[in-house]
This record gives sequence, C-alpha cells and structure tokens, in this order.
Amino acid sequence: MPGASRVIHMSQRSHSIWRYTGERLIAAVPVIFGLTVIVFFIMALIPGDPATAILGSYATPDNVASLNAQLGLDKPLWQQYLTWLTNLMQGDFGRSYSLNRPVIDEVLERFSATLVLAGTALIICAIMGLLAGILSAVYQYGVTDKGLTLMVLIGISTPAFWLGLLLILFFGVELRWLPVSGMYEIYGGGDLPDLLRHLVLPAATLALVATGVIARLTRGSMLEVLRQDYIRTARAKGVPERNVVLKHAFKAALVSVIPVIGIQAGFVIGGAVYVETVFQWPGIGRMLVTAIATRDILLVQGGVLVVAASYVLFNLLADVLQNLIDPRISS
Amino acid sequence: MKPIKKTVFSVISAVGLILLTAITNAATPPNVLVVGQIAEPKSLDPHAVTAVNDFRILMNVYDGLVQYKSGTLQVQPALAESWKISDDGLTYTFKLRSGIKFHDGSDLDAEAVKFNFDRMLDESHPYHNTGPFPLAFFFSAVQQVDVIDPQTVQFTLDAPFAPFLSNLAYPTGLIVSPEAVKKYGKDFGRHPVGSGPFKFAEWESNSHVIVERNDEYWGGAPALEAVVFRPITDANTRVAEMLSGGIDMMVEVPPDNLKEMAQDSSFQVHEQAGPHLWFLILNAKEGPFKDKRVRQAVNYAINKEAIVENILQGTAIVADGPTPPAFAWAHNDDLTPYPYSPEKAKALIKEAGFENAELTFYVTEGGSGMLDPVAMGTSIQADLAKVGLNVKIETYEWNTFLGKVNPGLEGKADMAEMAWMTNDPDTLPFLALRTAAWPDKGGFNSGYYSNPEVDDLLEKARTSTDQNERAELYKKMQTIVYDDAPWAFIANWKQNAVTSSTVKNFKLEPSFLLLLKGVSK
Repeated sequence: MPGASRVIHMSQRSHSIWRYTGERLIAAVPVIFGLTVIVFFIMALIPGDPATAILGSYATPDNVASLNAQLGLDKPLWQQYLTWLTNLMQGDFGRSYSLNRPVIDEVLERFSATLVLAGTALIICAIMGLLAGILSAVYQYGVTDKGLTLMVLIGISTPAFWLGLLLILFFGVELRWLPVSGMYEIYGGGDLPDLLRHLVLPAATLALVATGVIARLTRGSMLEVLRQDYIRTARAKGVPERNVVLKHAFKAALVSVIPVIGIQAGFVIGGAVYVETVFQWPGIGRMLVTAIATRDILLVQGGVLVVAASYVLFNLLADVLQNLIDPRISS
Repeated sequence: MKPIKKTVFSVISAVGLILLTAITNAATPPNVLVVGQIAEPKSLDPHAVTAVNDFRILMNVYDGLVQYKSGTLQVQPALAESWKISDDGLTYTFKLRSGIKFHDGSDLDAEAVKFNFDRMLDESHPYHNTGPFPLAFFFSAVQQVDVIDPQTVQFTLDAPFAPFLSNLAYPTGLIVSPEAVKKYGKDFGRHPVGSGPFKFAEWESNSHVIVERNDEYWGGAPALEAVVFRPITDANTRVAEMLSGGIDMMVEVPPDNLKEMAQDSSFQVHEQAGPHLWFLILNAKEGPFKDKRVRQAVNYAINKEAIVENILQGTAIVADGPTPPAFAWAHNDDLTPYPYSPEKAKALIKEAGFENAELTFYVTEGGSGMLDPVAMGTSIQADLAKVGLNVKIETYEWNTFLGKVNPGLEGKADMAEMAWMTNDPDTLPFLALRTAAWPDKGGFNSGYYSNPEVDDLLEKARTSTDQNERAELYKKMQTIVYDDAPWAFIANWKQNAVTSSTVKNFKLEPSFLLLLKGVSK
C-alpha cells in the first residue's frame, strides 16, 4: 500500500522536524545567555557611565558618585549582573534610567515598530529579489539579465542612509507625495493607510540591499538547476516552459535561497538602525543607539535580548522551511 | 515566457497602486505649532532632567517663582510677585501670587513650593525616591524652606549665594504639582502637571509630546491652541521636514542649511547669542602650558575668525574672555578678543623656549554645545603647526571624552576642547577656574589654573547680593583671566531656529529657553 507508507513517512518527518526545532531552541538558550554576559561587560568596559551621561558638563566626580549611588551603579559589576539576571528570571527587565520607564514597555513598543518595518522590507526584498533572480536566469545574457544585473549591482553598492535621504528629498520635499519621517500622522492618523504611507520610503530603502543579494543568489542557483538533466527531461516531455521554470527549477533553487533570506532577515533588522535614524522610525535600532550613547545598560540589555532572540528565531524559521521543502537536509 | 513577465508586471503595478493611494500632502493643523526637536525628552519632570532639549518643553508647562525678563538674563517676578532678601544674604522671602492653581486643580501655595524643594533636597522626604535629581546641587545652599503663611515662603541658606535667584529661574527651579507627584510617583515624569501657559496632553514615545492651551493661565491664555514637540534626531531629516512643511519650527539648524533658508521667503531665520562659551582647557600644571606665555601664544595663534566664519558659517561670534557677552551686566566690554597674530605667538613661544613642542589635544566627536568639534579641532591643530607646535589629536566619543577630561588632564593631555552653557555669570568661573575647583576637590578646573586673586574675586561675587558690586567683581576677574589665559577663548554660539513664515511673534531668548506663550500661527 503505497498510500500507507507515505503517511508513516510524513508523520516521521513532521516528528523529526519538531525534534529538530526543539533542539535548536534549547541550543539557543546558552547563546542568548552568553550574549547578555558579553554585552553587559562590554557596556561596563566602555568609559563613561550613565551618571556622566545624565549630568553632561555638570559631571563632577562628586556629582557622578552620588548619582551612581542613587542609580545603584556603585555596586560591583558581577553583583549588578546577578541582580539583573535574577530580576529577569522573574520577568522584570528593570527600569531605564535615561527614559524613566520600564525597559520591557519600551523594548516591546520599539521592537514591534521595527518588526513592521523590517517585515515589510523582507517581504518586498524576497518577492523582488526572487523575481529578478528568476528573470535574470531565464534570460541569461539577454537585455533583461544585463539590465537587472546592473540594477542589482547598484542596489548592493548604494549606502542605505544616502538612498533614504535621496528618496526623502524627491518624494517628500520636491513632490510632497509621501511623509518625510515618523510612523503615523500626529493628528488624524493612526489607521492602516496612514501607516502604509509612512512605510513606503523606509521599507523600500531597507529592502534595496537585501533585494540585490537575494537576486544574485537566486540567479546563480536557478542557472545551476536549469542545467540539470531532469529539466531537460521535463522540457523534452513537453512540460510548458512556465511550469519548467516555476515548478521544477524554482522549487529546487529555492532550497539554497531560503537560508540566505533568513540571514538577510538578520541584516534587515540590523540595517534598520540607519534607516530608522534617517526616517525617524521609532524602532529598536534607534533605541539601541541612543541607549548605548547614554550608557543605559538595562535598556541595552533588554534590547539586545529581544533582537538576539529574533535572529535565532528567523534563522530557525529559515532552516525549518528549508527542511520542509527538502527533507534530505534533516537526515 | 509571457506568463512570467505577466507576474512581474502585476507585482509592479500592485506596488505602484499602493504608492498612488498613499500620496499625501504634508501640512500642519491650523493654530497648532509643530516643533522639530533634536531628541526624545528623557522626562517631563523639571527636577529630573538636565538637557536643553527637555527644558524647551518644560518652560511652557511649568512656572518658576521667578523668570528671566524677555531678552535678558535678569530675573523678574513670576509665581512670586515680590521677594525680600535679608541683609546678610541668608534668607529669601517670597510672596506668592494668590489664586494660582495647578493644571490638576490643586492649589499652588507656599506648602506646594516647600514640597518641591524638600523633594529634591531632603533625602528623608517621602517622595525623594521619585528622583534622581541630578541638578539639585543648584540649590545645595538651601538649608531649610519654611511656610510662613499660604502665600509666603521663606528659604534659609547656609551661606550667601548670589546665583540663587537666577537658579530659581532655571528649569530646575520650576514648580511641580505635589498632588500629581503623590499620584504618579516615579511615573510623574510621564504625567507632568504644572501651572504654565500650556497643559500637558499626550506623550507618545518616539513620536510626539502634545501640550494644550491653558485657558485659565494667570498671565493670560496663549494664542496657540496646542504645541506638538516632535523628536527628529537626524539633522538632515529635520531640515527635510521643515522644507516639506511637516513642522513649523526647528531648532539647532545646521549652518549649511541656515544660509539656504535665510534666502527663502517661506522661512524666517532667528538667531540669538546666548551664555555659551567654546574654549580649550590648557593644562597649566605641567608641560609647555605651565608657562603663561605659551598659553597666550595659543590664543594669538588660533585664527578664531576663520573658525567662526568658515567652519561655523557665522553661527557663532569670536569669544573675548571667560564670560559670554550675553551676560550683559556682568560682561567686561573693554576686553577685545586676542587678535590672530602668528608672529606674536611665535615670538612668545621662542621666548619661553618651547619651540617645536609636542602637545596632546583631546577632541570629542560631538556633544552638548560642542558645535563642530572635529573640524574645529583640526583647524586649531593646523594653526598651531604654523607657529611650531606639533599637536597630536586624540578623538573620543562624548561620554568617554567627559570621563577623561573631567578628572583632570594631568599626565594625559596638554589641551582639551570644552563648551559650557550656563544661566549665571557665577557658574562657569566658579566651577572651572578656582583653585578650590581642581578635579580632586570636586570641580571642573581640569587644567589646574590657580590665581588667588581670581579665587578671592569669585568668592566675593558669590556672596554679594548687590548686582552692581557683583558686576564689578566679575569684570575684574575677566581682565585677570584674559591675561593669565588658562583657556584659549574661541567662540560664543548663537542659538538658531527656523520658523515657517506663518509663525508670528516668535523670539529666541538669551537663556536658550523656548517660550511659546506669545507665539501665534
């Protein structure tokens, strides 16, 4: 009974994927923990402290010492870290001294803004990158390929913050079609169309580089696959070219492209720092930059924890997807 | 192959369609002023913050007992309609205006004033834990605050302290609602309640702070319905927002853009010199700068006009001593800036025997009031090379920089950049020029300048309650410091702002505070 054996096979396969996911998640815990230790001590090693940052030119040794004592920063470093860890275990991320509010509120608010931006950018770059890659491969050495390769090259080499400023100047200042910065209008905004309007420029900027990388990779693996015997066989059998490209070749090529999209997800979140600054997007990248400048250790820790966890999750997601498409990988 | 192309085209046209529906025209609402700020406020509790950026909002939400008279740094009545200073300069008795209420409806009386200062200064106060209060030392001379009657409050100082009144006019002296502090505790900074011309309405993190007109304001209701403060940290983006009409006013405009906007009739450029000084701390304890002649030589060797004109593009003036001209009453108008004279500098260096000396120069990447520190530092390095001083620059990020400079330059560097913005002619020289202000004694005299005569003048000026007498003492101090040259005096920054031409009655204040009560749009 071929059907029955297939069912058993499927359940085994999904079982192994769950196990694989579980193992990867458990493996992520020490990684994230180690990261918090490193970040905490790096922050402590950078010269300057929160009290100096708060007091600015009024930072006399006396004033710094008394403010540090008030902030609980006069204790030994390991003790500060243990306090932080103990509180974290109880779900308390601490209070940001530069913002005067709980770290977790700030981090979640900012991270969701980054997710909206990075998520949109990722969707754009995945679609555009895959399309450009397929077209390039199918029309190899043709005008389409050459044109796309040139655009991809420009995309990879353009600094995101510079492109962002150009887009702002053109669409925001000259044409006045799109808002220059922010996430919502202050008056009468807040709905989805408003968010979309504000998303267009930053998401496009953020997507550009990743689109280039994905396009180049897709082109490469598509070309490789299109040269395989089974593609020739499919064509010889008279399978329509559209199906040859999209079903047979693309599916195979996707296996090697997906992990790269996963890695790009990390880059997109990382690259969001510049883009968030240029477009004043209230995301976590900008928050981390400010938090580091003000030596707000607890805020940095909270932010890094969330970003690191999301990196791990994105990569895991990519691996699992790759597994689902090509079960040979997990075995 | 057509179907693939079709897919591509449909995706592209879908994106285009979204773009089309997204088209919008930026415009700010009528009678609401949108201000582009340089950063997100840290807190709206006036006692908990230190940044000018936060002060710009606070001054419109709260009142102090006294305030700066428009266009000057002299104090005039605000919540207190009058005050008396005892002859020994130790007690200040303030008579409060009657019938003033906080925005939450509670009374602003002597009891409320006492609560404010006790919260900041008394560690056993039940609400002291709503701090920390980093600038509380402005009032460290206050020993006791007493309620004489509901409209009279009395401050007792442990020693005469002349800057007391002007510190009260500073944002750290603004009066908050005790009821609101009790209600919100540590979160008061996000739920500010004052008595000022505007009431706090909304704070959305990283997006905006909105304050609305207080119709019951004792000094008359403001013309604007509301003010929106938007943090836009990137200067280029701030300019783009201004050009596109997304904001009505921006502060701290980059010099390049200021020139451009001055020529555009849809904008108005505002400039105002303030109590700011950009200088070089010279290490007088060791090395070449131990010799007064070399310190003077540096003052002669640096082409300050070139820095002010070319690097700062006219957004500052050349400094003529330790006290900025904005302190009109205390500034010695007889002093003129050290002229640019490489020959004189060379002669002085030769005389002192320090030709081809090697110097270490601390430069920062940027920081509060530091203007364009890297370009300025490089230009200074080139000027000093011309007179035979080999300067090695070490550049640090602002907090690292402060961590290196504030504990003193000894054994590390010969000179360092620095800038101060203050509210009283006492503050900077008292904290940074006295012998008793050497870093090991808890001050900012990082270059170890010491002149008993200057120490004496500053002590006297601080304890005198007669402004004319204080003025004379400060002027004498400036003459001596000018000659001793413990610093290289470089520039006094002019604060700037750009408003759209629809904004009326706006004026920048020498205090660098942003007052919006009289503004209309």
